[in-house]
Amino acid sequence: MSVTPLVEFENLTVRFRGERTVHAINGLNLSLQPGEMLALLGESGSGKSVTLKTLLRLLPPRRSELEGGIRVNGTDVMSLSGQALANHRGGDVSMIFQEPALALDPVYTVGEQIAETVMRHKGVSRSAAMDVALDMLTRVRIPSPERRLKNYPHEMSGGMRQRAMIALALSCRPKLLLADEPTTALDATVQIQILLLLRELQQEFGMGVIFVTHDIGVAVEVSDRIAVMYAGNLVETGSTADVIKDPRHPYTKGLLAANLHGAVKGQRLDAIPGSPPALERAPDACSFAERCSHATDRCRSALPPVVNVSGQHQVTCVLEAENV
Amino acid sequence: MFAYLIRRLVYVLPVAIGVSIICFLLVHIAPGDPLTAIMPVDATQEEQAAMRSAYGLDKPLPVQYAIWIGKAVTGDLGKSIATGRPVAQEVFSAVKNSLLLAFTASVIAFPIGLLLGFIAGYYRDTIIDRLVTACAITGVSVPNYWLGIVFVIVFSVQLGWLPSMGAGPGGSGQWAWDYAHIRHLILPSVTLAVVPIGIVARTVRALVGDIFSMDFVQALYAKGMRHGDVLRHVIRNAAPTALSVMGLQLGYLLGGSILIETVFNWPGSGFLLSNAIFQRDLPLLQGTILVLALFFVSMNLIVDVAQAAIDPRIKRS
Repeated sequence: MSVTPLVEFENLTVRFRGERTVHAINGLNLSLQPGEMLALLGESGSGKSVTLKTLLRLLPPRRSELEGGIRVNGTDVMSLSGQALANHRGGDVSMIFQEPALALDPVYTVGEQIAETVMRHKGVSRSAAMDVALDMLTRVRIPSPERRLKNYPHEMSGGMRQRAMIALALSCRPKLLLADEPTTALDATVQIQILLLLRELQQEFGMGVIFVTHDIGVAVEVSDRIAVMYAGNLVETGSTADVIKDPRHPYTKGLLAANLHGAVKGQRLDAIPGSPPALERAPDACSFAERCSHATDRCRSALPPVVNVSGQHQVTCVLEAENV
Repeated sequence: MFAYLIRRLVYVLPVAIGVSIICFLLVHIAPGDPLTAIMPVDATQEEQAAMRSAYGLDKPLPVQYAIWIGKAVTGDLGKSIATGRPVAQEVFSAVKNSLLLAFTASVIAFPIGLLLGFIAGYYRDTIIDRLVTACAITGVSVPNYWLGIVFVIVFSVQLGWLPSMGAGPGGSGQWAWDYAHIRHLILPSVTLAVVPIGIVARTVRALVGDIFSMDFVQALYAKGMRHGDVLRHVIRNAAPTALSVMGLQLGYLLGGSILIETVFNWPGSGFLLSNAIFQRDLPLLQGTILVLALFFVSMNLIVDVAQAAIDPRIKRS
């Protein structure tokens, strides 16, 4: 591929130190093309949110150890600090959060919160920034935006708050948008609206988007590409169609089987047995082996290889290596 | 906002009436006959009865209350049994002295308490936090009258730096803003400030610590806000609660501290109250309690209104 990737993770490792060390991310390699929408899929504790936060260096610096390379739009994120880091945050890369009710400051109006971001990054006057805020609220289709500009977060509904959050995140025209389970806290009907809005704005603004979710249905709905995470690493990446139609990793297959779509009434859902491993030690074998019905001695003795299935479709599994 | 203000003012009325009834009754429930303190031990029944009717103490309680409150609203709180001076005048000059002490103590306590609390909350769970918390707990726990006595021993008796008694040279004269008077203010106000410093610091520490761990703080950093901007957001979030704590503390201080004022012979409302109690000076006692209670009620009102003015979440409800 000739285009330089918008995001590039190179052997990213994240450890949290504390009473016990947690190996949250273990040698992750992943890239995102400009204008691409990638869904980062995985269950709680698989490291998807941690991966997202490394892009803004939001992890508590005192307790986390980062290794490896992170590049966004050619910038080495790992080496950023002080003013350059603050400019990076919210300027080139911005983020929307799971709970807009908690992520917005309760004692400032929505307009003020958008405007201060614009003033911070664009250095424009307050009134110009307010104009941008109004324009953004209109773009995310909040009804009567002039009035909503003066609203406090608690005066809005959940869906509207998330729209406001999106308006805030996009107000400085970032090249990369990070979405951390942005629809999890919302009603099902509102979820769809927000997903469609995000998809639309992504195309309009030509942003790259990394969308973290544990809901495979949501991932299918919005993404160009899916990356499945398990216990701090990728187990499968590929175009959404490839991963859904032709899942190769036993974990991906398990996730798809556990989904309600296509379930038959009266039949039990096929849940994946067991629970994710504790991340106290860095893995020296396949993390999924304990829960995998195909596991062999090779899975438990060494790290699984990354296998190219086709084009962009990659699987980290011993079984695939044997098939090839 | 204006409607809210009116509503709050209307709520104050029943509270004030209730407070006045309780003030009146409390004094009557308390054991001891006010007359025994002023009558000679060998006074006859007739003399006692005459005295009783002179002060209206022979009438039924509701009537006594009605007479008392009727006069009170016109500013007449009766005459002190002990001194014969109007209660209103006694209370007024005592309250003035207590206010002086309270405001001085607040001016010392609030900035220190806020600063310590903010620093501890900001550096939560570090050695700085533990140090501040230890100081705050000590400040709240140490009996302040004891501390007052220690201060007197150290700074007045041993070092001889500061006077220990009264509100001015030559006893409790008129207050003046000169060196001689201010010297008298230092020890009592510092002693009085210790508890509010501890309480404000602890509250603000918990508050600021909680706010810093909230999602929106991370979101502020995520959108590129500088450290100072984030601090501004945190302070604005902490302000309503911090303000209400300070308002309540100011209320306590304004009430005058019986113990501190007694230790330092400060001629304030607490000192007056303790004298009234020991002398069973019924009108003085009732009047002082009423004025202090109403002070508290208005303090709460002011705090509530100020809170509503700065916290958008309160206005609507």
